[in-house]
Amino acid sequence: MKAFDQEHGIVVPIDQANVDTDAIIAKQYLKSIKRSGFGPHLFDNWRYLDPGGPDGDNAGRRINPDFVLNQPRYQGASILLARENFGCGSSREHAVWALDDYGIRAVIAPSFADIFYNNCFKSGVLPIVLSEQTVAALFVQVLAEEGYRLRVNLPQQTVTTPGGDAFAFEVGTFRKQCLLQGFDDIGLTLQHAEAIRDYERRRREQVPWLFEQ
Amino acid sequence: MPGKTLYDKLWEQHVVHQEDDGTTLLYIDRHLVHEVTSPQAFEGLELAQRRPWRTGSVLAVSDHNVPTTEERRGGIKDAVSRLQVDTLDANCDAHGITQFKMNDPRQGIVHVIGPEQGATLPGMTVVCGDSHTSTHGAFGALAFGIGTSEVEHVLATQCLLTKKSRNMRVAIEGELPGGITGKDLVLAVIGQIGTAGGTGHTIEFVGSAVSALSMEARMTVCNMAIEAGARSGLVAVDDKTVAYLAGRPFAPRGDQWERACAAWQDLHSDVDAVFEKEVVIDAGAIEPQVTWGTSPEMVLPVSASVPDPGAESDAVKADWMRKALAYMDLPPGKPLQEIAIDKVFIGSCTNSRIEDLRAAAEIVRGRRVSSQVKLALVVPGSGLVKQQAEAEGLDQLFREAGFEWREPGCSMCLAMNADRLEPGERCASTSNRNFEGRQGHGGRTHLVSPAMAAAAAIAGHFVDVREFGGERLQ
Repeated sequence: MKAFDQEHGIVVPIDQANVDTDAIIAKQYLKSIKRSGFGPHLFDNWRYLDPGGPDGDNAGRRINPDFVLNQPRYQGASILLARENFGCGSSREHAVWALDDYGIRAVIAPSFADIFYNNCFKSGVLPIVLSEQTVAALFVQVLAEEGYRLRVNLPQQTVTTPGGDAFAFEVGTFRKQCLLQGFDDIGLTLQHAEAIRDYERRRREQVPWLFEQ
Repeated sequence: MPGKTLYDKLWEQHVVHQEDDGTTLLYIDRHLVHEVTSPQAFEGLELAQRRPWRTGSVLAVSDHNVPTTEERRGGIKDAVSRLQVDTLDANCDAHGITQFKMNDPRQGIVHVIGPEQGATLPGMTVVCGDSHTSTHGAFGALAFGIGTSEVEHVLATQCLLTKKSRNMRVAIEGELPGGITGKDLVLAVIGQIGTAGGTGHTIEFVGSAVSALSMEARMTVCNMAIEAGARSGLVAVDDKTVAYLAGRPFAPRGDQWERACAAWQDLHSDVDAVFEKEVVIDAGAIEPQVTWGTSPEMVLPVSASVPDPGAESDAVKADWMRKALAYMDLPPGKPLQEIAIDKVFIGSCTNSRIEDLRAAAEIVRGRRVSSQVKLALVVPGSGLVKQQAEAEGLDQLFREAGFEWREPGCSMCLAMNADRLEPGERCASTSNRNFEGRQGHGGRTHLVSPAMAAAAAIAGHFVDVREFGGERLQ
């Protein structure tokens, strides 16, 4: 997995609550059997004025000039600022792959849906929960200042504004270490292979019917 | 020490290892796999030269991409969909994983066939790369959706790295009025607590109204726990659970069955268990529900009118409502019963089981689909549900009324196959999500129960199913 340490980047604001994973990556792109190439379809239904096909060809599609990702001032953004319950709905990890492929390294919101939050860590995208008040203040600042950047520091667990205000955020110590080191979760878990086998031996005695199929 | 919740018990029984910060290696008993969220997981295994830990725990089926017309007997025409289905077939063949292929009579929507086969059992942990895995919680199993990286992790290690959620109890007390279904009940819950109301929690549904529900209706309720933000929904095991599972192909037999039934008696929350969050809902006050916006929490009783964002004090929420109404092309104040529909979809992992089809068939019996409606689809949740419905003559009732009777699959719930809405089309749908574009680019979805969808098909607009003979339905 890709490691995450610090990120200093342009912030793009998605000013809507309850952004669902269908909006982040539309269903027709889930037909891919690959893990890459989703970036051009991030927020596809909002980004383009006409529908896109699963072949992924965006040539000839009309872009929606009103949508933030299409505005010149947000080009190259690596931090996404969002409202509450970001990433609700479907479990599709393709939503995180699309953000990652587009170049988003961190998402800041007052709250996230559980499955999306988990999926972020698996692809090296850092989800950051800040208070609703702080997020509201950041929205004001982003909209007011072209080229607005935030600095995200995972070791220190802070988000710092250009004015020097630093906001602390929480992240589980285990997840933090995995993200800092870019660990392969499966490799870590397999270090416990003997404990898994012990558990299975014990359970086979207690609940044998769960091991028949 | 206070007693344990059902969730506490299920969790504790599956802990293999725990880190200091609470991150837990949780053992997984049943891994359901479908074609959309698994190819990258199998590819990851191969790249790392790993093998599945316990193939016997896996049951696979293609459901999202499969066509629902009889043409599929000759294979899938859409090359992109075909590749994804073929990839699952090849992965299952290569690893010796049990799979129901597209034209197997046992094929169907993964969340319908798990319980139908008895592959979902009380006391299990069940995962699938699909958020509606919460469905299986209706059997007193801890079931939740996972991402593709986690699918790979479970394939490789039989475990999931996760943290415990908090406990939430939603009590639905009293008796549901005639014509009010599990779908109305769960939509009313989501309308009350919101799509983030259960975030970070496992919801246990309790109360006399839940005890009175059939297993099919309990599955509908748990299916939509995720639309309230909860990864898992739960209902305690009772006689109905046991009766439903007896004799199913994957269920234990003989002595094992007796032992299992005895063990399942403990799968309920202790009377002195503590829940961090509690909600109580009066079943008797629930009316047939219809969503009006682009989130399942944007829902109202059918007797209501489209709400006015101007009356909402929260600015972010008001803005969200305005966007939703613009997308749905609905003016504030319009009575829901005056909303005309173009298409009707009866199906999905929420509402495609035999009881759902019976309820819808009862409404359409002897009636005709409105000439205003371009397409009305009934898509059974599995080949076995389809066979059962045909044995009861339900397919004839639907066909005579002007519905199309299809082969099993996810169909128009998410338009990854040929069934979809065209831009601007409005649909009465028994599915679970009314997100923008969910049923097709520019499509407008209204979530309802099967009986309400059937009644809307006949009337050409939403109606109160109780005025359509639906009050007799249980």
